[in-house]
Amino acid sequence: MDYLQYLRLDKFPHIWCAGCGDGIALKAILRAVHNIGWEKDNIAMVSGIGCSSRTPGYVDFNTLHTTHGRAIPFATGLKMARPEMNVIVVSGDGDATAIGGNHLIHAARRNIDLTVLIYNNHIYGMTGGQVSPETPMGDFATTAPYGAMENNFDISGLTIAAGASFVARCTVYHANLLGKLIEKALSKKGFSLVEVMSPCPTAYGKINKKGTGNEMILNQKQLAVRVERAKTMSPEELKNKIIIGTIIDRELPEYVNTYEKIISQAQRR
Amino acid sequence: MSEKASIEINEKWCKGCEICVDVCPRDVFEMRNFVAKVKDIDKCTGCMLCEQLCPDFAIIVHAPEKKKKSVSV
Repeated sequence: MDYLQYLRLDKFPHIWCAGCGDGIALKAILRAVHNIGWEKDNIAMVSGIGCSSRTPGYVDFNTLHTTHGRAIPFATGLKMARPEMNVIVVSGDGDATAIGGNHLIHAARRNIDLTVLIYNNHIYGMTGGQVSPETPMGDFATTAPYGAMENNFDISGLTIAAGASFVARCTVYHANLLGKLIEKALSKKGFSLVEVMSPCPTAYGKINKKGTGNEMILNQKQLAVRVERAKTMSPEELKNKIIIGTIIDRELPEYVNTYEKIISQAQRR
Repeated sequence: MSEKASIEINEKWCKGCEICVDVCPRDVFEMRNFVAKVKDIDKCTGCMLCEQLCPDFAIIVHAPEKKKKSVSV
C-alpha cells in the first residue's frame, strides 16, 4: 500500500527521534484504515499533548490537537455530535493514564464508540523525561533520580474492569500484528483500546541504559509473549514480559446507540 | 521468482536509526554517512519487513505480487 496518500507531506520529516516507535505505530494505523477502506474525510483523529500526540499533525484526516490529557473528552463530544464519524484517539501513557486517567476509565465505563491508542513508552518523553504511571518500579527518570517508587497501572486491566469492549496490547516490533489489532479495534463498535509498546530511546532508554532505539525495538522480540502462550505460563515466568494480542473482545451496550434510543423514546411520548 | 523487488530510500527523511539494517533477514541494507543504503538488492525477497518497521516513512519496497500470509489475531 501507499502510505504517502494519507500523509501531510509538507510536515515531513517528522519530529520523532531516530529509533522511536511512534512512526511504526502510525504506519500500522494507516494500514488498518487502508484495509477497512474508510474515506479520509470520515475519520477524526484526536490527541492531547506529547510525542505520540503529534501523530494527528502528520495525517490527512480531520484532526484535533487538544490540551494535555483531555483528548478523550474532546473525542467524546465529537462522537456524540457526529456519530457517523470514526473517531481515533492517539495518546501517550502519561497523557492517558496520569493527566487524563479519569477520562480514560469513564470513557471505558460508558463504552462509547472510540478507538483509543495508548503509546506506552514508560515515560513523559516530550516534556523532559518525567516519571509516568507506566515507568517500571526502580527505573530512572529525570524526576526519579533514585528510581521510580510507585507501582504501575495495568492499562488493559484498568480498562477491562471499567467496561471496555475491546482491549489489546502489542509491541511496535510486531508491526504486522499491530496493524491487524488496530484494524479489529477500529471495526469494533464500542470502546476499544490498543496499548502500543513503543520504546523511547531518548528520554527513557538513555537514562536507564537500555541502548539505542533499534536495540530497544529488537529487544521487544525477546520480551513479547502471545496471549495464548501467556495463559500456560506462571507469574514468575511472565515477570518483565510483554503480553501481546487480543486481551478481551466482548459485546456490550454502546453509549451513542443507547443515547439515540433514549432520544427516540422521549420523542414518542 | 521471475520479477525482482526494488527498494526506494528517501534519504532526506532517513534519520539513521538502523532498524532496517537490523531487521532485514537477508542483509540487504548498510549504513553509509548515517543514512541507510541498499547494499545488495539481489538478495531482497520483498518481505516488506523494512517498510513496515521504518519509522520515518523513508523506505518504499516495490515487491512483486505474491500470496500474502495472514497473521491470526
